[in-house]
Amino acid sequence: MTPPQRRRRYPREEPAPQPPQEDPTPQDGEKPPEGQKPPEGQKKNPERLYVIAGPDGGERTDLDLVTLIVARADPPPSATPEQAALLRLCTAPLSVAELSAYLSLPFSVVTVLLTELMTAELVQLRAPVIRQSLADRSLLEAVMHGLQKL
Amino acid sequence: MDFKNSDTIPGPRSADHLPHSAQAAVKIVIVGGFGVGKTTMVGSVSEIKPLTTEETMTQAGVGVDDNYGSETKTATTVAMDFGRISITEQLVLYLFGTPGQERFWFLWNGLFEGALGAVVLIDTRRLEVSFDVMGRLEERGVPFVVAVNTFPDGPHYAVEELRTALDLSEDIPIIECDARRRASSRDVLMTLMRFLHSLAMSGALR
Ligand SMILES: Nc1nc2c(ncn2[C@@H]2O[C@H](COP(=O)(O)OP(=O)(O)OP(=O)(O)O)[C@@H](O)[C@H]2O)c(=O)[nH]1
Ligand SMILES: [Mg+2]
Repeated sequence: MTPPQRRRRYPREEPAPQPPQEDPTPQDGEKPPEGQKPPEGQKKNPERLYVIAGPDGGERTDLDLVTLIVARADPPPSATPEQAALLRLCTAPLSVAELSAYLSLPFSVVTVLLTELMTAELVQLRAPVIRQSLADRSLLEAVMHGLQKL
Repeated sequence: MDFKNSDTIPGPRSADHLPHSAQAAVKIVIVGGFGVGKTTMVGSVSEIKPLTTEETMTQAGVGVDDNYGSETKTATTVAMDFGRISITEQLVLYLFGTPGQERFWFLWNGLFEGALGAVVLIDTRRLEVSFDVMGRLEERGVPFVVAVNTFPDGPHYAVEELRTALDLSEDIPIIECDARRRASSRDVLMTLMRFLHSLAMSGALR
């Protein structure tokens, strides 16, 4: 039996377009302010047929799924129930992905909560090691040693 | 979820807590077409029961500006499951079983860009369901290896036959696996790490 045939592709010239950070959809009945409309090109790009349906307006820090979060303090009385629940979860380090899973909240909502908590200096962030910063073969070797122990 | 009663929120079991010494995380994505075994592979090597993170999208297609707030606006929930492997007291590896459709990938900021690399799972009964994902990784310059999930009723192809069919260059590892077995999934991850290491050695990794 002959397998189906694929054709390889090559890296794009331009870097991939940045995803929209916020829901660009205007509020009910409001005309969107100039400049907040999605650029025209987005309409043609199938990826841009969708936008994150997260909360509007909130500032969002550029958080990775595997940024580790650690609470710096107990929830203050002023904390919202969501903030308090999040702070109680990360008395020990936990990734944003795990927080999203345990709280049953979308990733985008968790990043908004975390931005508020960072502003209030209630959480500490531990940034992930990403591929671009991989000058370091010792990191790859550490991962290999860790996997070998499995 | 009722956050007022947050004592009842199911948090991590004490065994699922990371040590305070955990300083940084890295991630690997496991990707492939529908039903190729992504969730199975994440589950077989993870030290925690696999978890799910969700994102909700609204469809912002033609006419949405006019229809905003009306019932015609459709919301879609996309789920991605993931697992975790503690590498050292300081370093944690996360594995994400990522849906094959690229239009969902932007939901998770930096999912591919920040990953060490990817495992593309293929099923020999339906090779073509993983074609698109390979092309997308090539376009984004994400290094990947190919794991052939061996289903009993699937046709068996020699590795070189697969390499030709998948149009993969000589250096890209192709390995057979059984995603249900921890040792086999671990070997796939090791193959990816050795490949990334060889790229780093040759200076090809950005
Ligand atoms: N025989 C065999 N069956 C497998 C293997 N891996 C997965 N399966 C089975 O294949 C089915 C699909 O596996 P999943 O892990 O759910 O696949 P998936 O890629 O996560 O699927 P979607 O998330 O729906 O796209 C399940 O019934 C698994 O038990 C394997 O290595 N060998
Ligand atoms: Mg799955």
